[in-house]
Amino acid sequence: MKLPTPPLPRALKPKPGRPGSRPPGNGDANGTGGNGKVRDLRPGTPDGNGERPSKGGPRVDRERFKEQALEVPIGVAGWLDERSGMSPFVRGLAYRKVPRGTNWWYTLGSATMFAFVAQAVTGVFLAMYYNPAPSEAYESITHITNDLFLGEFVRGMHKWGSTVMVILIFLHMARTFFFGAYKYPRELNWVIGVVLLVLTLAMGLSGYLLPFDQRGFWATVVAVNINASAPVMGPYIADFLRGGSEFTATTLSRFYSIHMLIIPGLIAALIGAHLYLVAKLGTTAPPWLKAEKAKALNQEEL
Amino acid sequence: MNNREKEDYLREYSILKGEGKSFFPYAIAKDGSMAVITMLVIIVLTLALGAELGPKADATTTSFSPRPEWYFFFLFELLRVVKPPELTFLATMGIPTICLVLLLLLPFFDRSPERNPLKRPIATLAGITTIVAMAYLTLLGALGGSPTEIELQAAGQEDGKQATASSGCLGCHRIGENGNEIGPELTEVGARLPREAIARTLVNPTQPMPSYAKLQKQDPEKFQDMVDFLASLK
Ligand code: HEM
Repeated sequence: MKLPTPPLPRALKPKPGRPGSRPPGNGDANGTGGNGKVRDLRPGTPDGNGERPSKGGPRVDRERFKEQALEVPIGVAGWLDERSGMSPFVRGLAYRKVPRGTNWWYTLGSATMFAFVAQAVTGVFLAMYYNPAPSEAYESITHITNDLFLGEFVRGMHKWGSTVMVILIFLHMARTFFFGAYKYPRELNWVIGVVLLVLTLAMGLSGYLLPFDQRGFWATVVAVNINASAPVMGPYIADFLRGGSEFTATTLSRFYSIHMLIIPGLIAALIGAHLYLVAKLGTTAPPWLKAEKAKALNQEEL
Repeated sequence: MNNREKEDYLREYSILKGEGKSFFPYAIAKDGSMAVITMLVIIVLTLALGAELGPKADATTTSFSPRPEWYFFFLFELLRVVKPPELTFLATMGIPTICLVLLLLLPFFDRSPERNPLKRPIATLAGITTIVAMAYLTLLGALGGSPTEIELQAAGQEDGKQATASSGCLGCHRIGENGNEIGPELTEVGARLPREAIARTLVNPTQPMPSYAKLQKQDPEKFQDMVDFLASLK
């Protein structure tokens, strides 16, 4: 007597193929649509003809997985793909089309992201030596600047990187504004973008206090006072930022954690959402372009 | 945009997209070049301008200039444009908040299907006006005078003059020929306010001016000099 094979755990079930993806096995169908089984939609597979009943499934499956297991992955990419099955996803991303007329203005978003990554890297190195105690902060910055190998260079890159990132984010926003890229269906991406802009400026503000020199300190005192002048919420926000009603040691460590944990985490997550939408919706075509075939198509329909 | 216009857009977009090239390698080559340029600009700025560090922060002595990063000048300078003290909250929070909300809601009130900047004159003009205004305010902030000089002839008040000059008042206030115009002018405060009122304001100022209470506690003499000097300005 032959027992049916137990169902496979979810992770091992073959993913449905996408057009252009490599066949996971030898390509025989393991069932038809409508029975909850995985369908293989690759051109040239007999799937979709609705002939074979799914009862024959387990047997065919076994063959198929034998094939899949025997397939020797080539190189690291193959090894990764065998385990993650992500090559169709990566391929879809890489070979997705960008509209005709995509030009240099469209690089500003990715340049902003690059500047953010650069800030994260230089920031991590600064965090290895920085000490957010009022009596130590200034000294640790002097130590970084004067004693460490390339210390001043890394600090300078972090400082000027912030300027560059702010310029890039404003340019990117101006591009999407003048190209009308905030309109349907990309409204949500604009809203996420505005939040990213606020967070980026908040990075500049919270980082300015950290070296704990006169200029940064007093500029921050004024900035927090400005916050306090807002109606209703103002005083509460100011108290939260200071960690009390006065500037104390808590204020500095609070700004430090806001600057290196809270805001960067939010920015990274929101950049993820932003890019997801960019990949899903596609980037706009330049607004002065008209599709040449559009008219022809409409004619044909008539 | 109504449903018809949405559909038209999606159809047109899918054709334009179909006529385009693949992201890899065409778009990514441009993105990559831009990343390299970004890196080079950061490095050149660093090598040319370094990473300055002012004197250590000190909450009592006050040779400070409360100047923010240059990219906040446009916000800071709003204080210069909005004069009356009762309206300060407009400059500090009101106007920026309104602008931010408008920016955030932009896709919800500008719903026309037109995307070409030349055919959206209102949006394009508003955008250009905003950019020019921000650039102008940033320039004002950059040109603002040094906050530690007072050239006023006030006989017999040298100590007070020095205390005032080194306390950063001129980062926001004008005295004679020097200083900025973010806060009210102080050239003739003595005529406007009695000594006690000046002292009270220094200890317990209106936002966003920082308080000098610490100075009063730790160096009463210097504080007194400052008040004397200011009261003598008539
Ligand atoms: C950390 C900040 C940001 C990053 C890393 C980022 C990244 C990107 C990237 C890589 C794209 C793809 C197309 C392109 O590069 O032009 C994009 C598109 C877009 N971004 Fe951003 N962005 C940021 C901030 C903003 C801001 C501040 C806004 C506006 C308020 C915004 C609105 C948009 C819109 C509407 C699109 C779609 C453009 C199109 O389809 O043509 N983004 N973003």
